Amino acid sequence: MIEIFQEYWLQYLGVGADGKLSGAAMTLWLLVLTFSLGMVGSIPLAIMRTSSNKFISKPVQVYTFVFRGTPLYVQLLIVYTGFFSLDLVRGTPLLADFFRSGFNCVVVAFAINICAYLTEVLAGAIRSIPSGEIEAARAFGFSKTKLYTKIILPSALKRALPYYSNEVILVLHSTSIAFVATVPELLKVARDVNSATYASFSAFGIAGIFYAVIATVLVASFRLFEKRSLTFLRPYSAH
Amino acid sequence: MFYGYGSIILHGTLMTLALALLSMVCSTVLGIVGALFRTSGSKILRNLALAYTTLIRSVPDLIIMLLVFYNLQIMLNAFCELIGIKLIEIDAFTAGVVTVAFIYGAYMTETFRGALEAVPRGQVEAALSVGMSSAQVFRKVTFPQLMRYALPGYSNNIQVIVKATALVSIIGLVDIITVTQQAGQATQHAFYFNVMAAAIYLALTSAAMLFLARLERHFSRGVKEALL
Repeated sequence: MIEIFQEYWLQYLGVGADGKLSGAAMTLWLLVLTFSLGMVGSIPLAIMRTSSNKFISKPVQVYTFVFRGTPLYVQLLIVYTGFFSLDLVRGTPLLADFFRSGFNCVVVAFAINICAYLTEVLAGAIRSIPSGEIEAARAFGFSKTKLYTKIILPSALKRALPYYSNEVILVLHSTSIAFVATVPELLKVARDVNSATYASFSAFGIAGIFYAVIATVLVASFRLFEKRSLTFLRPYSAH
Repeated sequence: MFYGYGSIILHGTLMTLALALLSMVCSTVLGIVGALFRTSGSKILRNLALAYTTLIRSVPDLIIMLLVFYNLQIMLNAFCELIGIKLIEIDAFTAGVVTVAFIYGAYMTETFRGALEAVPRGQVEAALSVGMSSAQVFRKVTFPQLMRYALPGYSNNIQVIVKATALVSIIGLVDIITVTQQAGQATQHAFYFNVMAAAIYLALTSAAMLFLARLERHFSRGVKEALL
């Protein structure tokens, strides 16, 4: 394992054979990019999901049901191999160019999938806000926009933090299927090393260690962040 | 509708179904045993189970799948040679069941451990004090309640297992994914067949959810819920 690590550590860490982004750096970039996109999408969708108007909340519910009920792998295949078989995509140069790149396909598929999970997480957090807080804001004459931007969203985003840390780890783990679309992330590097050396245990083992280290660091930093942000939810200490 | 691929797709679906059901059963058993280890009095067993769940849960399932898939055969070969029997070749299906069960057994262990700890200790002590054997205590007192506490997490795990079976096509099992990919390439209707695969998975996960919701009702029948 040590020899293989010494030979290939640069690829595992972040610089591919052609000088491009690869390995752990690529995995992290995918994680940050797709998670942020999903996050941005999830805020309006979660607000719609918690709406008392059925015509607004039902479509979002259908969206989260479908995207959480099917494997991410299948969704990626739909985008990666499926979209390109459509005449509409092939006929439009802009779309054809966009979906020709495996990386773009991965980002689209991942962002939509993550957005579905994050929508449910945030909707759950919005529901868990004590109704008194919202009533108080209304009594003070907050407008609807102000109610959401000053009271509901800051509180819900903080309350959802523990669940976000869970989701980040799940997304980190699911980035490994990006190799299907030839994105050179950790698993792709491991597979290349495996086919070059036939040392499958070391090749995948090193990738596994990388994932474990990233996951540990992420969990630890989320804990710190939670401790700071969720102080307002902690019970008063008796002493 | 299936461009002549109907029977192949049915076969792939049955393959996925069999894989999912078998790995669910195996990982549930593994999870319960793991949870008992995790809460047992022996320090060795406790740490063993802790190492298992921490290790497995910190590495992506696909990596473990590939690790196990490539090394299971090598280990098995060495084992067969050691005890001097004919080499056993494992196919993609067996490898799939073993790896999925092994991975999700870790998640199940944590789910069941949480549930096991939620069963009030006094009940176990009371059962022991009326002379039940520890096996009886588990069967009659702990297990029925454990299931009720575990079910929300358990249903989540089951849904994840059904979706994880999609990855087994990467290690060479001919399942829904493989057949729909082949059909899509051959007929030039890749999008159509991919969506079909997604729809089949959605049906499977929904069926699993409906079944688990019934199970949840079954195991909480002794609990009174406040009417609001």
